[in-house]
Amino acid sequence: MTTLARSRRPSPWHLVLAPLAALMLVPLVWMLITSLSTEAETRRFPPGLPATLRWGNFRQAWDQAPFGHWLLNSAVVSGTCVISNLFLCSLAGYAFARITFAGRQLAFFAMLATLMVPFQVVMIPTLLIVKHLGLVDTLPALIVPNLVTPFGIYLLRQFFLSLPVELEDAAMIDGAGRVRVLTRILLPLMGPPLTTVAVLTFLSVWNDFLWPLVVTSTPTTMTVQLGLATFQSAHFTNWPLLMAGTLMSQLPVLFLFVIGQRYFVSSIATTGLK
Amino acid sequence: MISPSVLLLAVFGMVPVVWAFVLSFQRNDLQTPARWVGLHNYQELIHDPIFRDSIRHTIVYTVFFVPITLVLSLVVAGALNRRIRFITLYRLAVFVPVVTSTVATGVIFTWLLDPQYGIVNATLHRVGLPTSGFFSSPHDALFAIVAMTVWGWVGFGALIFLAGLQSVPRELIEAAQIDGCSKTTAFWRIQVPLLRPVSAFLVVWLTINALQLFDEVYVTTKGGPLDSTTVVVYYLYQQAFAYFHAGYAAAIAVVLFVAIAVVTVVQLRLARDPAAKAVDR
Repeated sequence: MTTLARSRRPSPWHLVLAPLAALMLVPLVWMLITSLSTEAETRRFPPGLPATLRWGNFRQAWDQAPFGHWLLNSAVVSGTCVISNLFLCSLAGYAFARITFAGRQLAFFAMLATLMVPFQVVMIPTLLIVKHLGLVDTLPALIVPNLVTPFGIYLLRQFFLSLPVELEDAAMIDGAGRVRVLTRILLPLMGPPLTTVAVLTFLSVWNDFLWPLVVTSTPTTMTVQLGLATFQSAHFTNWPLLMAGTLMSQLPVLFLFVIGQRYFVSSIATTGLK
Repeated sequence: MISPSVLLLAVFGMVPVVWAFVLSFQRNDLQTPARWVGLHNYQELIHDPIFRDSIRHTIVYTVFFVPITLVLSLVVAGALNRRIRFITLYRLAVFVPVVTSTVATGVIFTWLLDPQYGIVNATLHRVGLPTSGFFSSPHDALFAIVAMTVWGWVGFGALIFLAGLQSVPRELIEAAQIDGCSKTTAFWRIQVPLLRPVSAFLVVWLTINALQLFDEVYVTTKGGPLDSTTVVVYYLYQQAFAYFHAGYAAAIAVVLFVAIAVVTVVQLRLARDPAAKAVDR
């Protein structure tokens, strides 16, 4: 009853939340405004709004650097990693949860141990391995180390463990094999954890900077984050152009985030990521 | 069934860890064959003034970044934890920085904090506060990075706290209110203490990430001005890929690894509260 009565007039919390939301959005809104200004308009004090909206800045940024190519690279790299993680982590997670095999405990703890190691520690050896494989400065170099993640295996294993074994036993008595049980019975029940693995893999690979920086050098193999960093050093103080480029590089993820906010939020709440 | 994963994890998970330790006892320029030098890299590290400075910068950054982010996240989560109109929009605004890449964040803040034409200095000037050189000032650059990364992480912290707050049973708060406890008191005295495990997780997570700070430094200051923002991972990167001292860089990585492990264990120990556990049971 109280909630009904309260909903008639606006909550005083709007006075806190609206300025807070506005403050958080200032950097992004100012990026948008600057991306539509002229260079002269960014050299004024105090700063102000552009007289006319210069949509041409986006065209210019797109022409001056291979943003299309970079976005495509990022999409290919993170897309491949998402698919392979969903596939490999399900298989391995299921095996760790349900199949007894020699060395299972050892393999599981070894995997958990690699979870604790920061990327900077393994970065140089990984680079040397990629070099031995002859993959330096190629898209596979960006993909291969991220094909499967210990965190994904661990998360899915926990969910497999929480499902009743009777489900599988019944199907197996009816003559279904392990693969059939996994694909037809178990995976359809695992929507939320699989979404989490997909979202976290996508975000971490798409937004990764250090590994692409170390392993790629030609513009055509760069991902969009690295590309943006090189674009920044090339157009040092041309802020309209830089903001247009930055906005373009963020647009795909922003779009996905706005339409799938629910999935992003629940996935990120599952674990820490950035 | 797990063989592809095991193979991949072995090659890109286990082997590099062992190799990293081996590398730290070698001289390696990433091109010619490595040479064994024993503890030489570590001995040199102890006497390296830039390494010592990089540790100091990393600690200062962490000491400011973690508590500020933690407290702001809690306050923001408290504000967002209610069912009113537009709440989805408010949450969207707070969470958007979480998915904004570190590179984009760096580029945007370089513009916002531009000493001459940035809107932050313009705003400070208008309200009569002293302006700053931010990323170009040796005194302020590290704190500008703190501010920028707080913006990037507050949404994440709020998201985690919000999940924690929503798991606090409603009856608990209502019971307290019947006993004459105000909403604010209920928040600080009931909900916040119950968030202890969540806070412990966040502190550990924020600290681990703070100690690994790199992207934002690379994009905004490149360690400058006057090395005032050279943090440990940035120095590691410089040693490995600017000077090609890969063995030396590996030694830095090992020190970082040990430091992170120790800090994590200590924090988890401190977070364990026997009294809270007794209440739980």
